[in-house]
Amino acid sequence: MTVAARRRQGLVAWGFALPFVAVFGLFMLVPLAGSVLMSFTDFRSSDVTTPWAVDLVGLDQYTALLGDPRFRRALLNTGYFVLVGIPLTMTVALALAMALNSGINRFRTAFRVGFYTPVVTSVVAVAVVWRFILQPDGLLNRLLATAGITGPDWLHSTVWAMPSLIAMAAWRNMGTLMVIFLAGLQALPSEVTEAAAADGASAWQRFRHVTLPLLRPTLLLGGVLISVVYLQFFEEPYVMTRGGPLDATLSATYYTFDQFGFGRYGAASAASYVLFVVIAAVSLLQFRLLRARD
Amino acid sequence: MTTTMERPSLTVRTPAPPPRRKRRPRHLVYGVLVVAAVLTVMPFVWMLLGSVKPDAEIRADPGGWLPHAITLENYRQWFGALGIGTFLRNSLIVAAVTVLGNLLFCSMVGYALAKLSFPGRRVLFVLVMVVLMVPGVVTFVPLFVVVARLHLVDTYAGLILPFLTSPTGVFLMRQYMRSIPDEMIEAARIDGAGELRIFARVVLPLCGPPLATLGILQFLASWNNFLWPLVVAQSRDRYTLPVALSLYSTGEQATDYGLLLAGSVLVIAPIVALFVALQRWFVQGVATAGLK
Repeated sequence: MTVAARRRQGLVAWGFALPFVAVFGLFMLVPLAGSVLMSFTDFRSSDVTTPWAVDLVGLDQYTALLGDPRFRRALLNTGYFVLVGIPLTMTVALALAMALNSGINRFRTAFRVGFYTPVVTSVVAVAVVWRFILQPDGLLNRLLATAGITGPDWLHSTVWAMPSLIAMAAWRNMGTLMVIFLAGLQALPSEVTEAAAADGASAWQRFRHVTLPLLRPTLLLGGVLISVVYLQFFEEPYVMTRGGPLDATLSATYYTFDQFGFGRYGAASAASYVLFVVIAAVSLLQFRLLRARD
Repeated sequence: MTTTMERPSLTVRTPAPPPRRKRRPRHLVYGVLVVAAVLTVMPFVWMLLGSVKPDAEIRADPGGWLPHAITLENYRQWFGALGIGTFLRNSLIVAAVTVLGNLLFCSMVGYALAKLSFPGRRVLFVLVMVVLMVPGVVTFVPLFVVVARLHLVDTYAGLILPFLTSPTGVFLMRQYMRSIPDEMIEAARIDGAGELRIFARVVLPLCGPPLATLGILQFLASWNNFLWPLVVAQSRDRYTLPVALSLYSTGEQATDYGLLLAGSVLVIAPIVALFVALQRWFVQGVATAGLK
């Protein structure tokens, strides 16, 4: 290419990129840079019109944050949600994917649509019906009563509120993982499991020693995706419990949103960065753990 | 509809089962699947049944299933006094513009990143990848400050602009366009076609699958988006459906259960209908992009 032609192509390329660059710069890069700066200032909602008049406070927001028992509680709650929620969701999704991949042909599409439907529905709408299911005389407790069990007031119990939200999150997210796992399973060469079967391996042995190791990259992808979502969990407590009872379902993102609501934008930004670091560290750790054995 | 569309490679049906498999486990698999499917879909069924019950009946029997008396009063109220038409229109406007913007702008920049050489290409791509990994909660507050500074709070622009393009979309389009042979583009160039013409007539027509995936993902995200419109839409005229429903479920109508269930059905029904009609594409999008 001549110099002139190269220059022309460069101009044309930037022309193609321009609309994206404008939106991306103004609504993504500027806020990203702004969030770093804000977390080191005492930015409040009243400073929106005069953003340069705020005071630098260094690491004060961060130290105040880590000293706040509510924030520590929020981090612990997020850890609880993630540590129970991810294995649960991944196990259910893998079981469904295995069942759908076990050679059945009838109603396969219908099943897949059914399991995936919760993924596409609005959390606000879904919350309305889940509150009914979980209320003291709701569907779940009525079901338990037939087995002679008196169920608790799920959403108003400091013990049961979080497990209820975990169940709801698993229900909402299993479809995504199921589809990813199903794609992974279908890409596996069937000869391998058939050979294992011919060698007399039981169904469990085939799953444990053949399918699972081969599926590791897919499990890794699913695990990273779901942990990024779960570490930021916010919608379930917002629509179901407002973080209660007694902060039992207060998540890190919920805490951030609370600070935003109180007008403490600097504190909110600092909290979001603590969470960001955790998310990055967890993703990295997962890659390490699951890659190491390859 | 299952046979008319080209089958994406990742969702190919499994081959016929191995011939020596016994029948009994098959029944077991179906049993497990049916139970799981019933449990999964149950909340939606109950929602639909509850939405045609009078409020008093739900209140008297919160765990009940079949309605004793069927009424459309709950729906009538949404379309009448509560003016759901406004919210429906807002949701549709926001989703439609968001989808169109993403399809056009992400494919334009995707083309530049995949097929044109220009100074700053690497930097731009790296920035896109970095932002792709930043969780939404980090930029939420300063994004609101930017939008407030631009006086876009409570406007359609404020609801739409931040989502008009997406790093995911750029990544998706760029990856797909890289697989288009350079020779095709060179040939068009030699024939005297300008870059805009090549993009519109040669490249875009080949990008059906990623455009479908991107369009569906963005429509879904926009239709169900809740937190941003909750903060930005401050007057009734700008509420989207989820915002309206959430405000009603905490406002003075919070105790009218029939109304809430009908509202939920109205929020969910369009997206479920779309999903069932396009389910193959939905599933393909998630499986190939690994994105939600």
